[in-house]
Amino acid sequence: MEGALGSNLISAPKGFMKRWTGIHAEIVWGYIFISPWLIGFLIFTLGPVIASFLLSFTDYELVTPPRWIGLKNYITLLKDDRLFWVSLYNSAYYTFFSVPLGIIVAFALAMLLNLKLPGITIYRTIFYLPVVTSGVAVALLWIWLFNPQFGLINFLLRSIGLPGPGWLVDPAWAKPAFVLMSLWGVGGTVVIFLAGLQGVPRSLYEAAAVDGANAWHRFWNITVPMMSPVIFFNLIMGIIGSFQVFTQAYVMTGGGPQDATLFYVLYLFKQGFGMFRMGYAAAMAWILFVIILVLTLIQLKLAQRWVYYEGEIKG
Amino acid sequence: MLDSIGGRALSGVRIKRSAGVLGAYLLLGGLGFLFSLPFLWMVSSSLKVEADIWLYPPKWIPDPILWSNYPRALELMKFPLLLSNTLFITATSTVGFLLSCSWVVYGFARFRFPGRDFLFVVLLSTMMLPAQVTMIPVFIMFREFGWLNTFKPLIVPSFFGNPFFIFLLRQFFMTIPTELDDAAKIDGCSYVGIWWRIILPLSKPALATVTVFSFIWNWNDFLGPLIYLNDERKFTLALGLATFRGLYSTQWGYLMAASVVVLLPCVVIYFFTQRYFIEGITLTGIHG
Repeated sequence: MEGALGSNLISAPKGFMKRWTGIHAEIVWGYIFISPWLIGFLIFTLGPVIASFLLSFTDYELVTPPRWIGLKNYITLLKDDRLFWVSLYNSAYYTFFSVPLGIIVAFALAMLLNLKLPGITIYRTIFYLPVVTSGVAVALLWIWLFNPQFGLINFLLRSIGLPGPGWLVDPAWAKPAFVLMSLWGVGGTVVIFLAGLQGVPRSLYEAAAVDGANAWHRFWNITVPMMSPVIFFNLIMGIIGSFQVFTQAYVMTGGGPQDATLFYVLYLFKQGFGMFRMGYAAAMAWILFVIILVLTLIQLKLAQRWVYYEGEIKG
Repeated sequence: MLDSIGGRALSGVRIKRSAGVLGAYLLLGGLGFLFSLPFLWMVSSSLKVEADIWLYPPKWIPDPILWSNYPRALELMKFPLLLSNTLFITATSTVGFLLSCSWVVYGFARFRFPGRDFLFVVLLSTMMLPAQVTMIPVFIMFREFGWLNTFKPLIVPSFFGNPFFIFLLRQFFMTIPTELDDAAKIDGCSYVGIWWRIILPLSKPALATVTVFSFIWNWNDFLGPLIYLNDERKFTLALGLATFRGLYSTQWGYLMAASVVVLLPCVVIYFFTQRYFIEGITLTGIHG
């Protein structure tokens, strides 16, 4: 669409262009250029955000027009819907373990990759590969890896003398299985950390070495503070992402066993697109939005205590 | 005496250093091996006869090597049809992203107008918005348009830009001097002409990054096709693979063969364009 428009305007008469010069032209053309995004934002983001807020106060199942029911969806969710609380717990559990563990594993991998040893880029390639292959095929692979009798993971565990749990078929082990799988996908975070580590000035380490700081001290007093904005960023994005886990749960367990992997967005999907309870699902979406917003604001508040920004004087 | 102590200390440091390097290699090698095991397991399983799948302890090298899982699985999941659907959606959506995002970023990066910085902050903040908040009204809207069971809901939004790509391109643009577009302006080139003749060619490396990310996202997208497509002839590979699993839930030879084929294009593209992935992540801090 833009292509056709573009070629027409390239050959637009010169006189037309001349009238549109100077400050006003710049303003108008600025808006013309950002207009696809601006229109898209209104149609696909702002409008729907408002619409879903309004929908959340209605009973709407697609066949009949929406019916205003006030706060009923919210009251039902919070008071009567056991699965809402189960799904919220499942997502909170998953976030609580997968995000911090993911950050620690990714940070450790990035530190190793930052050693700049010959041939090290091969490992970066390997660690990032799971990220580009995420999706249904990977979900299928992990069902098979987690197979209690014949899967690779229990084979490895048994070969070091550990008992192999039931993983995806055991309600107690299904969520840890998802956490374990999420650790395989930390490659994106590794690359971000690696870029951050490469930006820490060498002179800081050299000065500390002259002062007699050992590797442990250098790590805690230089690497961690210098990296704290990156850690903070990954923490925020990690929490937002982990609350929205869907594809793996949908494909691997469908929410089972005994709702142990019924994550929040999976339950929202089942309400909205399984039972077509659009108003109810919209209310769930808004609750999720508020949860994520509150968690982000808490993080921002806490960040003042531990995130160090260069050039900032602490006092 | 002193010399020998010094020499011993020096070689001690050297031994410590090379032990450290060796340790790092061993650790990396071990972890790298651990990370690639799932892929090796996948390929190994895809070549096994039924009896070898259900064998404990498992055999890593299939004997006999059963290539026929591949043609059989591809036939059962109607691979050519799903591939052409997926390629069509991926290609069209990518063209949409490339045109719209480069067009929009030109406005944000090179023009001064009231509200620009505010709108850019709005754009950035939409990246944090959980998609579920907009998903339901957008679905209802596309349903009203009569777009259910067509590719349009998966393609049309791409022509309205994407905050991640616009952010990425803008970061890239901050590093490019404005001299070329200034010169073109003096030569009487229109803004649209500058976008087409200067902005697009200049941003080729960043547009390559957009292309590879768009490919991977569209290829792996599951929720979109799941919501909007219900006719099996319109399915994408991701959706078809999930359906295939429902039909042959224990046929791991077939399932792994189909999965390998669906993964392979992403792996190949990644191997050849790794630089662009890393650049995209480093410029924006977002890992897709």
